Amino acid sequence: MAKKNTTNSQTEWNYAASPESTSHIRLEKKYQLFINNEWVAPSSKKYFPTINPATEDVLAEIAWANDADVDLAVKAARKAYTEVWSKMSGAERGKYIYRIARMMQERAREFAVIESLDSGKPIRESRDVDVPLACNHFFYYAGWADKLEYAMPHKKPEALGVAGQIIPWNFPLLMAAWKIAPALAAGNTVVLKPAETTSLTALKLAEIIKDAGLPPGVVNIVTGYGDTGAAIVNHPDVDKIAFTGSTTVGKIIQRAVAGTHKKTTLELGGKSANIIFDDAPIDQAVEGIINGIFFNQGHVCCAGSRLFVQENVADLVIRKLKARMESLYVGDPLDKNTDIGAINSKEQLDTINKYIKIGKAEGAEIYQSDCSIPSKGFFCKPTLFTGVSQSHVITQEEIFGPVLTIQTFRTIDEVIQKANNTPYGLAAGVWTDKGSRIFNLTTKLRAGVVWANTYNKFDPVSPFGGYKESGIGREGGVHGLSAYLK
Amino acid sequence: MEILKTYKIYIGGAFPRTESGRYYPIVDASGSTIANVCLSSRKDVRNAVVAARKAFGGWSEKTAFNRGQILYRMAEMLEGRKLQFLEELTKQGSSKEAAAQEVQESIDCLVYYAGWADKYQQIASSINPVSSSHFNFSALEPMGVIGMIAAQETSLIGLVKLLAPAICGGNTVVLAASEALPLCAVTFAEVVHSSDVPGGVVNILTGKVSELAPAMAAHMDVNALVSESLGELDKTLALACVDNLKRNIVYQQGTTQGLPYITALQEVKTTWHPIEQIGGASSSY
Amino acid sequence: MLSNTRVDKVGVEERVARFQTRSIKNEAKKQGLHMVLNMIDLTTLEGKDTPGKVQQMCYKAQHLHDVHPGLPTVAAVCVYPSMVAVARKALGNSSVKIASVSTAFPSGQSTREIKLSDTKFAVDQGADEIDMVISRGKFLEGEYNFVFDEIAAIKEACGKARLKVILETGELCTLDHVRMASEIAIHAGADFIKTSTGKIQPAATMQVTYTMLMAIKDYYDQTGIMIGMKPAGGISTAKLALHNLVMVKEILGNQWLTNEWFRFGASSLANDVLMQLMKTESGLYQSPDYFSID
Repeated sequence: MAKKNTTNSQTEWNYAASPESTSHIRLEKKYQLFINNEWVAPSSKKYFPTINPATEDVLAEIAWANDADVDLAVKAARKAYTEVWSKMSGAERGKYIYRIARMMQERAREFAVIESLDSGKPIRESRDVDVPLACNHFFYYAGWADKLEYAMPHKKPEALGVAGQIIPWNFPLLMAAWKIAPALAAGNTVVLKPAETTSLTALKLAEIIKDAGLPPGVVNIVTGYGDTGAAIVNHPDVDKIAFTGSTTVGKIIQRAVAGTHKKTTLELGGKSANIIFDDAPIDQAVEGIINGIFFNQGHVCCAGSRLFVQENVADLVIRKLKARMESLYVGDPLDKNTDIGAINSKEQLDTINKYIKIGKAEGAEIYQSDCSIPSKGFFCKPTLFTGVSQSHVITQEEIFGPVLTIQTFRTIDEVIQKANNTPYGLAAGVWTDKGSRIFNLTTKLRAGVVWANTYNKFDPVSPFGGYKESGIGREGGVHGLSAYLK
Repeated sequence: MEILKTYKIYIGGAFPRTESGRYYPIVDASGSTIANVCLSSRKDVRNAVVAARKAFGGWSEKTAFNRGQILYRMAEMLEGRKLQFLEELTKQGSSKEAAAQEVQESIDCLVYYAGWADKYQQIASSINPVSSSHFNFSALEPMGVIGMIAAQETSLIGLVKLLAPAICGGNTVVLAASEALPLCAVTFAEVVHSSDVPGGVVNILTGKVSELAPAMAAHMDVNALVSESLGELDKTLALACVDNLKRNIVYQQGTTQGLPYITALQEVKTTWHPIEQIGGASSSY
Repeated sequence: MLSNTRVDKVGVEERVARFQTRSIKNEAKKQGLHMVLNMIDLTTLEGKDTPGKVQQMCYKAQHLHDVHPGLPTVAAVCVYPSMVAVARKALGNSSVKIASVSTAFPSGQSTREIKLSDTKFAVDQGADEIDMVISRGKFLEGEYNFVFDEIAAIKEACGKARLKVILETGELCTLDHVRMASEIAIHAGADFIKTSTGKIQPAATMQVTYTMLMAIKDYYDQTGIMIGMKPAGGISTAKLALHNLVMVKEILGNQWLTNEWFRFGASSLANDVLMQLMKTESGLYQSPDYFSID
């Protein structure tokens, strides 16, 4: 009997579900505030639930810190600064930070799973991007602790004192690392507030800080909503405010500290241009567009949310982009094959949907990929808008979701002008095969990070931060140290 | 009969009077008027910002070497006009010795920053060894249009110490002169004008700090506001700066000189590009 | 005619890494492994090949692991022209196809006449498919028309046999060249494009296969004509083979997931796939001693 030689070409080959196991993670039912290396019940006696945005299930109850709790944390940080941390040698400080990095590495998988549970980001990203980058950030700055005089030539660098740090929900653990690591290396003590929808990995980090034996009070983590953040910003004994979040809140903070001695660094919003020339490596550019806007569900301040394509390749690029969007898997963040996970919160999903509605009302042409999305939880299909101009609201305002607007251009001058025609200035992307043109563009684009023939790359050694309304100051690299030194 | 000088303001490479038509008198110790200077208005600030923005592209793209040459040329021009500055300083109440020292310091300051123009980038930029196959570097770029309030207690040196690092770094400037001691500022504008500095790179206004500084702080097309501490006014200015997240730089009185004054008015830009062969790519693809 | 499409190597590496993070489990894995077996061109291309060796391989091609029923055969055997007749006889009326290398394989350093007669000989002997090599020297000299004309001439000589064009990407050195050579081959009449002879390293890296698949995709988008793809050389594990299938699926779609349009040129891949397959069935990790070597 002759065996069958050809497979049936009608057969669909689909990946089976491949969920990451949650059996090895440990979560408490209730989390207290982390002050002085102790778990302290909030004097407010209030708690709020943190949910899994993919299922809407409650993961844990989180303490809600009020002014008195924040005061307690700042006092602990001040005491630790004056009595211990400022007296310790840089080399010793560095050893503590190295220890944090190592312990995070050991527990990397647990952190990745919790991050995906709490934030909705796909496990592929929390496992391959967020957690390793967070560990590496501690490693990088640990080594600076005893070399500060090389970071600021002709100055005798000194720590600022107590740093109040407020971080967003899009990269919960990574942003905690971006804030805590340089602050400690420079010799400051810290009061950190995670975002209310994503407190868990910061609280797991608190466990590590305790296990690593950091002196009590050096790092304090207070959880809560905007009022908790305001209490930090307005506390008279805080010397430095470092904030990552929206431009609106950034301005509120900047007003609150006006006329005080507090230094600020702000990492705020963006509406970054990603520019494709006709001689670009087109297929890699398409990947760059995808990575630019759909990475982390588009919850990225430097997302390449405004695409500019040279007119003579626009049809080609859009066709390829749509085809590529169809191969993105949207769904369970814990599935290893998921490309796009859950939107972080109901509130953010509403915001995104509001902008999609505005885009349609403005007459832009919408395209969404044909994927199915789960019925429970907060999900949004990858979306793009064509037929838009600079004057459309959806090309001007930060959407912070998987929504791309596409404009075409004819000349280099036109695209530079349009790319810079925004109050933001965080990032930009340029795709062309021609070296001299790359340098022309990277010089003229008013943005703090320019990716040429790549997009959305991050590294501890690479300074990050915006021009104009995208923020003040840099984080990462040697330039990120000066934010925590005087 | 001595010919008296009309003290005008300097906008976009021209010397207009204030659009407001207003003036205020500068009197010497004896109470007699030495000069009537322009009491510039918010609209003058606006015109100056437009001129500064227009000049920014060309000035920031000049070669560092060329900017250094021009700053050095300013020192030469100032040297040539030494006597005029000495006279104005003494008229405004300085002793001869103090005046001579102030002019010399101002010349030296320009020479100092002339030398920095093609060096600060080398000191403050970095190549960042990222853990992927990319070339990554951070370099400085000028912030743009800078609003400046000159030091109030000096007529010449205070403004030179603020202005020189700003333009050395490729920024363009709208500067309010010392309110009580404005004469040297206007004469310094003539130095600027005769030193190959393109029109609009430096704009100098005279008038009330309480009127000009808030106008600069609130202007949405000004990228940074620089001053020595102005006491009570500091907080008002800081608040006004928030609307466009203007960088607000307040120095203690008695500004000195050095690299940090240049880098304070620079943005750090980080650029990434793939490298075809690096990091474990052992095959020839 | 040529699109002058540029290829950025680092971007390709990143893209390829994404395919490798796909997790293929359970039913999907079983189905995938069956497909891999059925896409193999079981190959022997050695100076020391003998009729005996070819006969043994032809038997293996039809009886991959008879203790386990329900397995497919491989797609084809791949041999030198002198062994086609042996293979033809050994395979009898089996549906396993016979592919033969030609055109002065593997270097291609000979005259047009010899390459044509080499091809015609293989076809006359009963080859269903011809795997030709392009003239890499001419390509690197910039003689693209020569390369094109040669492929077109061989295609004509193939008659009904399907033509696979080997680019020998290991000698082309850049992905830009791989892309350009792919386009030349496709336009000159290739039914399949194939990475390598197996004699030069590196061979079928995922970066190279990706670049060639994108050329096939672009041609299909423009013309609606399907071109087949055959990575050959260096794919010896089931895992790597599955990653290749993921890549084909996500770039070209399920339509290409048949041995009509996708092949693996390999000699030792089949047994690793069989071991993985038996592991998924039994849950036990396997020993090579239980799988026949032919």
